[in-house]
Amino acid sequence: MQVLGIYYYWVFAILLMIGFYAVIAKLNLVKKLIGLTLFQAAVFLLYIAMGKVEGGTAPIYGASAAVFSSPLPQVLILTAIVVGISTTALGLGIVVRIKEEYGSIQEDEIQEIDRR
Amino acid sequence: MTVLLGIFLLTLLLITAVAIVRARNLFVAVMLMGIASLLIAASFLLLDAADVALTEAAVGAGVSTVLFLSALSITSERERASSSRPLVSLVVVTAAALIVIDSAFDKPRFGDPEAPVHSHLSPWYIEKTQEHMEIPNIVTAVLGSFRGYDTLGEVFVVLAAGIGVLFLLSSGPGFGGGKSTPPWAQAGLRHYLIPRVAGRLLIPFILLLGLYIQFHGEYGPGGGFQAGAIIAAAVILYALLEGEQHALKILPQPVLTGLMAGGAILYGGIGVIGMLLGGNFLDYSVLAADPVKGQQRGILLIEAGVGMTVTGVLLSIFHSFAARRR
Repeated sequence: MQVLGIYYYWVFAILLMIGFYAVIAKLNLVKKLIGLTLFQAAVFLLYIAMGKVEGGTAPIYGASAAVFSSPLPQVLILTAIVVGISTTALGLGIVVRIKEEYGSIQEDEIQEIDRR
Repeated sequence: MTVLLGIFLLTLLLITAVAIVRARNLFVAVMLMGIASLLIAASFLLLDAADVALTEAAVGAGVSTVLFLSALSITSERERASSSRPLVSLVVVTAAALIVIDSAFDKPRFGDPEAPVHSHLSPWYIEKTQEHMEIPNIVTAVLGSFRGYDTLGEVFVVLAAGIGVLFLLSSGPGFGGGKSTPPWAQAGLRHYLIPRVAGRLLIPFILLLGLYIQFHGEYGPGGGFQAGAIIAAAVILYALLEGEQHALKILPQPVLTGLMAGGAILYGGIGVIGMLLGGNFLDYSVLAADPVKGQQRGILLIEAGVGMTVTGVLLSIFHSFAARRR
């Protein structure tokens, strides 16, 4: 159990930074949005991992269950996932408009066009 | 056993994430994102978060993949081989990762019942759900009633994002207005026998599952957010199979816009009705003679509002992308 616990935190850190790397190092705008989605997923994973209780079950009353994992982080993340896809869609909409106006979705090319 | 499965899933997730960032072909990256979403959903299930796993599977692996693909079909599939100062970025990212990993040793032990998360608010929610509303699913109770304000705000964020996409993509040079829709948008995959037959078989059951999850959310995992995403996924599947125009005939854009706004208005309206009946904003206890029945009625109605808004927004976004001229 202890190994898994530390591993969840490590995966959170590494996944977060993989996403962040895509955001800062890649020049393609769609790739940046993909990186942002990975970044988000890492945060979701951290919250849900924090809510887990040893020997607990999903927070739904059943016939015999007594120990429940914390419902609060689950509520926060549930809504965050749907809000996340909506904002990602907004970002994709902006990328589509940029492609139509500039003919490119590479950051360096767009900046080159702007400088002219 | 569960520990091993957890480690296995997380390791696969990390490998997939690295592959996503390295992939030059964005189509490949988006497909790998779907796999990553499924792995995350399975991990959520292992962590006792059934509701969240359901949402992640429907939104991440289903709707998100379709949205990215439709955006790719308008922009371009290949990423040009270039990145700005990868070495500097790599150093920054590695340093930050090491700091976060180092701080992980100070975090409360995984699964510790004494951790701050479990010792302040959560026990109260777990205890009071039965007393105030007598529904088994604590997540739905917290989402709909105890923290109804948060959820109302989030529904409006989703609505605002939907309106934003509609504004962005209903003008400019690419706005075809249906005049120059590509052949696939008119005919879909109707000429392909196997997807068509399989899709026709699946769609009614997906819709049924969506409605079950919507109205059974108080008793099992589910609720408006998940149901909205699943119903939207079913309609998107129909649009892919039969052509986008056919899907628009069943659920035209005005209806979708009505669903978007109607759901949010229903949610807010329930709050105002509570005020008119003498309670506080979003206090459902006054909606029926018996406070417990009132709470149950309120949660059912606001979940319906959430489901309407999420379905409307996701489908409007899909149609906005699909209608763009390439």
